[in-house]
Amino acid sequence: MFYRESGDFSTTYPQDSQTFPIRFDRYRYYVVLAVAFLVIPFIINDYWANAVFVPFLIYAIAAIGLNILTGYCGQVSLGTGAFMAVGAYSCYKLMTAFPDVSIVIHVLLSGGITAAVVTLFGLPSLRIKGFYLAVATLAAQFFLVWLFNKVGWFYNYSASGQISAPERSVLGIIVTGPNTEAWAKYLICLVFVTLCAIIARNLTRGSVGRRWMAIRDMDIAAEIIGVNPMGAKLTAFMVSGFFVGIAGALFFSVYLGAAEVGESFGIDKSFLVLFMIIIGGLGSIFGSFAGAAFMVLLPVFLKNVFVGGLGWPTDLAAHLQFIVSGGLIIMFLIMEPHGLAQLWRLAKEKLRLWPFPH
Amino acid sequence: MPDQFLFAMEVILNGLMAGVLYALVALGFVLIYKASGIFNYAQGVMALFAALTLVGIMEGQVPFSHLINAIFGTDIHHFGWHVPALLAIAMTMVVMVGLAWAVQKFIFRHLVNQEPILLFMATIGLAFVMEGIGDIMWGAEIKKLDIGLPQGINDWIDVTTFEAFGYGFFIDNLDISATIVAVILVGVLIAFSQYTKQGRALRAVADDHQAALSVGISLNFIWILVWSIAGFVALVAGIMWGAKSGVQFSLSLIALKALPVLMLGGFTSIPGAIVGGLIIGVGEKLFEFLIGPMVGGATENWFAYVLALIFLVFRPQGLFGEKIIERV
Repeated sequence: MFYRESGDFSTTYPQDSQTFPIRFDRYRYYVVLAVAFLVIPFIINDYWANAVFVPFLIYAIAAIGLNILTGYCGQVSLGTGAFMAVGAYSCYKLMTAFPDVSIVIHVLLSGGITAAVVTLFGLPSLRIKGFYLAVATLAAQFFLVWLFNKVGWFYNYSASGQISAPERSVLGIIVTGPNTEAWAKYLICLVFVTLCAIIARNLTRGSVGRRWMAIRDMDIAAEIIGVNPMGAKLTAFMVSGFFVGIAGALFFSVYLGAAEVGESFGIDKSFLVLFMIIIGGLGSIFGSFAGAAFMVLLPVFLKNVFVGGLGWPTDLAAHLQFIVSGGLIIMFLIMEPHGLAQLWRLAKEKLRLWPFPH
Repeated sequence: MPDQFLFAMEVILNGLMAGVLYALVALGFVLIYKASGIFNYAQGVMALFAALTLVGIMEGQVPFSHLINAIFGTDIHHFGWHVPALLAIAMTMVVMVGLAWAVQKFIFRHLVNQEPILLFMATIGLAFVMEGIGDIMWGAEIKKLDIGLPQGINDWIDVTTFEAFGYGFFIDNLDISATIVAVILVGVLIAFSQYTKQGRALRAVADDHQAALSVGISLNFIWILVWSIAGFVALVAGIMWGAKSGVQFSLSLIALKALPVLMLGGFTSIPGAIVGGLIIGVGEKLFEFLIGPMVGGATENWFAYVLALIFLVFRPQGLFGEKIIERV
């Protein structure tokens, strides 16, 4: 019934190689975009923007970034939190140093700076593999957090050691600072997410992406068939860093407004993003979105159930939330190790044959 | 002798003692990694959980009292008795063995043959669950752990070194007893793995799962055993760290201290864990002492990682790790 290719013939090469070759899929994608851009901004309010949509969109960018590195190229990174901090701090420095330049350019530049830093920390990956590399990225996590804490230049020697975003606007609409409207926050994040997802999707299905996946599946074999491991790994670190940096810049400037590095970009953030891509599905752009949505919604949902529904004290609810989210992660790993993206794929297979499965 | 030099000596000695504690945590990692290929992030939380349980049993706390009170509106907290330390340790060990069984039965049996990264993620999930359970069972406030170990400055060393060099070394009694306990623990573990039937089976599994299975070793039993041993090591580490700085959430962060130790020593080597622990312990204390003041201090958080990272670039399998042989 749904997702059928019959009658869906490609007559030109561009048609054959488009992102969504099945017509139904393509229309669904347009509908989702239309709803996200044209419906939600009109009905969104502060609570939904701050608790659900804005963090979801920003984490989705970070998850796409980490998924490129870990899911597509197979290099496990536990430094995502600190890399987001690089994005946040470079955005802050740029915003305060060049107040006249548009914030969009600042965010993109922060992505570029983060890409450079991440590539630097990616250099050891040429020698170190597997868990050793994962632990090595922790070096980046702790070192960068310490650096941003200790060196006053990064936070402009402010007394509290915090960085706070000044008010900036895009096309006359305020997007950072305390006076931002909910829909403005949502829309600027949405624009970045859409662009990032399109770029990531096209990178991963092109020759760069195929090189990454060859390295992931077996690096020596990839090297023998002519993939340059240094080039492939470092481009993965670079592209991943770019996305993570954008996520960090938006997280600080649009979502938080003010940030302190140890608290906002600590190691738990690294784990959170890693959870997102594992639960969503390694090596899938859709999975990055699904995982981000799951991990953002879960605490909101649990808090509503335990505190709102059952009326238990908040500290107890916080502990139970630990147990439930940990338990859910384990359950997911046991029942569906390939994540929500795999469930989605299975559902599509089923829908294709529905209602006549035989 | 110049003061600076003596002071550095004292720093090195204290670093060695801290290194012993790092090695203790790293040991738990190595044991599980060797036997089952699981990189157990939850080791630090296991230490926290063990220490919480020990304090809870000693104080006679009612488990889950917070939760029970919230559901039934009661107000219970203590049984009103005190359990002697040794008995409490034995009871905690029983809990840790139960935990090992549960972990094996409910989690890792279902994850056999999965990719290492997924197993690693599962242990992070486990760490979350145990953190939550530990807090709900025994309450989240900071607790004092006192099982009668000597505390405070060692007067004998202070006086002797003062008479010899004119400068008294400050060395905590607790660190000395921790060192002794760690040495005994390592001795016991080595004896266990060399001379007992189970220990040999453990090494066989670590060498080759399938070969071990084919000569009739029960993998399931070995994995429960190794998680229990890791639980025991965690208990010892939890007691030492808990006695030093109180039983609180930050105790679980010692896992993060043990990771660079593992990288340096190699994930599969018990001597590596010990030597790595000592190198990291001394290295970070010396670095903080010599370079720290120049760059603003608090370098202990990252120095170990950077040291391990630089080291790994030259020797990717760590100090004593198995040589990595790569084939297509």
